[in-house]
Amino acid sequence: MKYEAVIGLEVHAQLLTETKIFCGCSTKFGSEPNTQTCPICIGMPGVLPVLNRKAVEYIVRTGLALGCDISSHSRFARKNYFYPDLPKGYQISQFELPLCENGYLDVSSDEGTRRINLTRIHLEEDAGKNIHEGSVNNSFVDLNRAGVSLMEIVSEPDIRRPHEAVEFVKKIREIVRYIGVCDGNMEQGSLRCDANVSVRPEGQSEYGVKAEIKNMNSFKFIESAVEYEIYRQIKTLKEGGKIIQETRLWNTERGITESMRSKEGSHDYRYFPDPDLMPVNLDSGWIDKLRNETGELPEVRRNRYAADYAMSEEDAFLLTADRHTSEWFEKAVLAGCDPKVTVNWIKGDLMRLLNEDGRQISDCPLNPVHLAGMLDLVKKGTISGKIAKTVFEEMYRTGNDAETVVREKGLVQMSDESGLETIIDEILANSPGEIERFRAGDQKLMGFFVGQVMKNTGGKANPKIVNELLRKKL
Amino acid sequence: MELYKLGLSEAKKALDKGEITPLELTDAVLGRIESVEGAIGAYITITGEQARARAGKMSPEDIKKGPLSGVPIAIKDNICTAGIKTTCASAILKDFVPPYESTVTRKLDEQGYILIGKTNLDEFAMGSSTENSSVRQTMNPWDFQRVPGGSSGGSAAAVAADECIAALGSDTGGSIRQPAAFCGVVGFKPTYGRVSRYGLVAFASSLDQIGPITKNVRDSAILMNCIAGHDPADSTSARMDVPDFTSSLGAEIKGMKVGIPKEFFVDGMDSAVREAVEAAINQMESLGAEPVEISLPHSQYAVAAYYILATSEASSNLARYDGVRYGLRVEGDDLVEMYQKTRKVGFGSEVKRRIILGTYALSSGYYDAYYKKAQQVRTLIRQDFEEALKKVDVIVTPTTPAPAFRVGEKTEDPLQMYLTDILTISLNLAGLPGISIPCGLTPEGLPVGLQIIGRSFDEESVFKAAYAYEQSTEWHMKRPLIKAAQV
Repeated sequence: MKYEAVIGLEVHAQLLTETKIFCGCSTKFGSEPNTQTCPICIGMPGVLPVLNRKAVEYIVRTGLALGCDISSHSRFARKNYFYPDLPKGYQISQFELPLCENGYLDVSSDEGTRRINLTRIHLEEDAGKNIHEGSVNNSFVDLNRAGVSLMEIVSEPDIRRPHEAVEFVKKIREIVRYIGVCDGNMEQGSLRCDANVSVRPEGQSEYGVKAEIKNMNSFKFIESAVEYEIYRQIKTLKEGGKIIQETRLWNTERGITESMRSKEGSHDYRYFPDPDLMPVNLDSGWIDKLRNETGELPEVRRNRYAADYAMSEEDAFLLTADRHTSEWFEKAVLAGCDPKVTVNWIKGDLMRLLNEDGRQISDCPLNPVHLAGMLDLVKKGTISGKIAKTVFEEMYRTGNDAETVVREKGLVQMSDESGLETIIDEILANSPGEIERFRAGDQKLMGFFVGQVMKNTGGKANPKIVNELLRKKL
Repeated sequence: MELYKLGLSEAKKALDKGEITPLELTDAVLGRIESVEGAIGAYITITGEQARARAGKMSPEDIKKGPLSGVPIAIKDNICTAGIKTTCASAILKDFVPPYESTVTRKLDEQGYILIGKTNLDEFAMGSSTENSSVRQTMNPWDFQRVPGGSSGGSAAAVAADECIAALGSDTGGSIRQPAAFCGVVGFKPTYGRVSRYGLVAFASSLDQIGPITKNVRDSAILMNCIAGHDPADSTSARMDVPDFTSSLGAEIKGMKVGIPKEFFVDGMDSAVREAVEAAINQMESLGAEPVEISLPHSQYAVAAYYILATSEASSNLARYDGVRYGLRVEGDDLVEMYQKTRKVGFGSEVKRRIILGTYALSSGYYDAYYKKAQQVRTLIRQDFEEALKKVDVIVTPTTPAPAFRVGEKTEDPLQMYLTDILTISLNLAGLPGISIPCGLTPEGLPVGLQIIGRSFDEESVFKAAYAYEQSTEWHMKRPLIKAAQV
């Protein structure tokens, strides 16, 4: 008998809000344990949550990018269970009436493009972390992460193969990074994923019993874990065994999934509407405003770049890694820059300068319109291509446009023949030996003479004219 | 006259005129506490030293700063006070000192109040007699064999016994009004959302509301002026303008329509209570009010719905007491055992009963039959009130069907205990404001409370009616005679 796998994913993505979802604590990663906490996020008696509006904005942006219906009326619920990393004994999440419903994502697969439908996206608070190192008898709790805003993207059981699952998560990651709502850092746990996996005989419409694999934080783990789990279930069934509904964990070292063997799976979470928070009513005008800002998504944009600019796949990916890079590019092109030249400036000098400063392109001091101005000056011969590098860097440092930089720094290209002649004559008069060798056939010395002129003029000499004059005089 | 007998507005007048100093007033109250507290047991923590220090430092300008400047006020011990133990009368929070201040006490502090102490209550405000306190039994100042009511029994008893000038309580199903009625003082529950809950240790979040317990109606309105208003830290607090609640005091109630719900004059109601309340209605009529018979047909389901919703919320609200971060921890061999031992030792039996009830009501498979159904009933009850309050300005009922009962009388029968709140609970479900004011004494000399209910966010009509009635009678001047022999 041939079996078919049925996979549904739950992707958890931490939102890039500066403060936690229900209090004012910082969400910075990697601080000393329990230094980013307050009475609210550690669940002291009598404290109350206040919803972070930015978190709502970010999940709505995600929903819009994924084709979801945005709920104008939504509410929070309490998910009740005991665990030391959960300070209140319940997690504020959403149950009935999530913020986003439906939606879809097209992923490429062996079978061509496959549409994976989304059930919902809801908002919730992250839990803290239990730390088991440092003592034999005790565990410790770090609540820095408790209350960080988290969205859960839940797919329908539409995925059939491990590589589709990976494609799905990759694509989610690309989109949330592109729209700037999650940094997608899987190693730090900003993006992690659970998979519900079951198998059934091919052609059967009912689902088999599913197992949930929790907390996978790399593409490789997702692929291996799902692959293993499908293998395990098919093997179990073929040997006459039964699949039990349970939670399993991926054991990286052994390369298998293992049952958590705890009561975790049998939780009754006793969801009920959280009486401390008002229902969330979204203004349709505000949703429309966000919808208009959603714009083109990375894949569409990449396809357009390839078609319109004959751009390489690598360059297109580089530009669409986040929205701000591609927007910088778009603005430059709109201002008249040649797309290929622009990509080269971005890949080269711009990335270098931003890296040196530790800056994001979203606060890049160099206005893309100024790049167009600079390329214009090169084209007109006002500055040389070589000087352009200096001008570019100076525009970046000062925020000024190219003309201002060129004027203030005196970087205009010397194309004045009589002026250059005087300089060249002087150089030739001081280099009798080199002239002799050149005339004897050492053509490479041409570079030496050009270099001397450039040195003398601070690089401003027009190389074309310098070459012509030198050939004439030699 | 002994200074501790003063009400809030009288004390304030004397302070403003310089006739007395905050320290004299504070010392008078502390002296009173010393002489009667042994018999009453209203307090869990008495903050005498801090109170004297604060009172002693007040300059004449400080005294004029706010309507509470220099006035000793008691706070129910489920309202967080930074640096001062807040125990909820529970073993699980026996030594808990909050590092943060509740919004209401912060506001009182800004008005210059002097915290005199934290008052006793039923553990986590769950009870109607203060018998569920893990700390002590508070006695009714009118009769030491009897309970002061609950859960704000400590606050009500402290006000009645002049152990403070005024107090704050909290009301989830009647926990301000019922003890106020039992102790012959004025207890006010504001509209849900009128007063911030930030720092009030949650029992049932959708029902809890903080309010004043005072010696007269004017004092209640003054305290309401100090604590009401939107709080950005409480999402359920209303973004509504707050009127000056004292401005409606003294207005005539001529032509005011007063609804009398037939369902609230229940079978088995104590005859002295019935007579007192009927006399009060006649008195209001003589002031020009028009009694109108109304019906609140779904109120018979209020107690049932309340004990599902309140316990459901409580089961979740109390999950945080797990021994991990603060409060009591009893070590176990593993995590689950630590949870079990901590909560077994830390919670009293009534709290456990309610956690179990609420957990059951929310369980998968029972949610629709219990929690959801109870929410539907709640909506019907609210609609009943909305309909009735279209026809009348306020509704008048007894606060309780009977006066204060004896200590131990109902502890064996939780259901009987729950029924003592039968006339107050439906207001919490509907979110409406209500007051209990003294309206008589039974032949045994026990106070009777009159409940006046208003429209949502129309506290002013409640105060207006209550004040007009109060000023036309002398019930609010009656104080228990605490004999030296009893003490």
